[in-house]
Amino acid sequence: MTQTLIACHECDLLHRVQPLPKKSKARCRRCGALLYVHFPKTIDRSLALAITGLVLLVIANIYPFLSLESQGTVLETTLITGTIILSQQSMAGVAILVLLTSMLIPCILLGALVYVLWPMKLGHRLPANRRAFRLALTLRPWSMTEIFLLGILVSVVKLSKMATIIPGTALFSFLALVFVLAAVNTFLVPITIWEKMDEWR
Amino acid sequence: MAMTRVHVDPTAARSGLFNCHGCSLLVRRPSVVGRVHVRCPRCGALLHLRKPNSIARTWALLIAATIFYIPANLLPVTITTYLGSTQPDTIMSGVIFFMQTGSWGIALIIFVASIVVPIAKLIALGGLLLSVQRRSRWRPEERTRLYRITELVGRWSMLDVFVVTVLVALVRLGYLTTIEAGPGVVYFAAVVVISMIAAMTFDPRLIWDALEKNDESPAH
Repeated sequence: MTQTLIACHECDLLHRVQPLPKKSKARCRRCGALLYVHFPKTIDRSLALAITGLVLLVIANIYPFLSLESQGTVLETTLITGTIILSQQSMAGVAILVLLTSMLIPCILLGALVYVLWPMKLGHRLPANRRAFRLALTLRPWSMTEIFLLGILVSVVKLSKMATIIPGTALFSFLALVFVLAAVNTFLVPITIWEKMDEWR
Repeated sequence: MAMTRVHVDPTAARSGLFNCHGCSLLVRRPSVVGRVHVRCPRCGALLHLRKPNSIARTWALLIAATIFYIPANLLPVTITTYLGSTQPDTIMSGVIFFMQTGSWGIALIIFVASIVVPIAKLIALGGLLLSVQRRSRWRPEERTRLYRITELVGRWSMLDVFVVTVLVALVRLGYLTTIEAGPGVVYFAAVVVISMIAAMTFDPRLIWDALEKNDESPAH
């Protein structure tokens, strides 16, 4: 069952779905919003990226993230140090927000994608897979690893005068995670996945 | 007297179709519409012709974000202690610090992400809401584009919250210098989150509904 009509999410105009050449986008004729894209092998690629992302996320949490060397002493931090310190300074709300946007939400997003896509590739489906996929799509704007990375850059520049900042293994892993999440956003074509789910009805 | 023919673009709402916001499935609207909620048969999302109470919700969130924006800028986001003397820093004084130390690029990034983007976003959403309420027919394509950009860039304002997080993690007790998070960061984080939700509750399709001639604007 392939959908023949699609409505623009930004102006509601109806369009007939037409086959697209690879890696191209269909835009709304009236307002220019993105309607749909055609990316080949979306399931395989998104699944591979999601698994990679989860591995990178684990590495980013195990190894030291940033170290600060000042007057001969080295202070090591991990990815969640900031969250811990913020909560100690009675900033629990901000601490939770940072923990969610920089770590938990990317983790849930990638986990939900693996939960949906891996069985799909094997021809199975797990309970609540539709809900899991909808959750992953909803969480996308709240995953802010790339902004966190820019925040690190700004902080390092700010501290460069008073101390030496040493990047750790986790930082490189986190950097890779940013690119993986960006690639997931590119390769994941939700409509293709939804239509695949329709085939089971 | 000849009637002027008005060209009407076929929209999902006019065709009696729900456009599922979760999975883009078009679902025929049941002929008897009570206050029963209809769910998408494919993804389970609640179906609406338009986002429910879009204008009222967006206004409420927008006003809340605007109020929080004031303490977010007046209260310090970081408090630096060096050899017993404390120095509170607001977002703006952070920008000035980077300008004075010659890091113009960084100063510009923070200025845009923390000052320009939130203000522009509040003004843009307010303007869009007013234009929709007045059923304006002025440049719908540009207004939709403005909405799209507003929704896309808003999350980058989180930058300052992350900067504070990394600073407090790296510069801690036991050293000559300590950096602590200030109350401003709480309000600033609230501004970012609330204004992101405000952009999500605004329905850009309302811009286009005003262009339909014989006011059949669909209720949600």
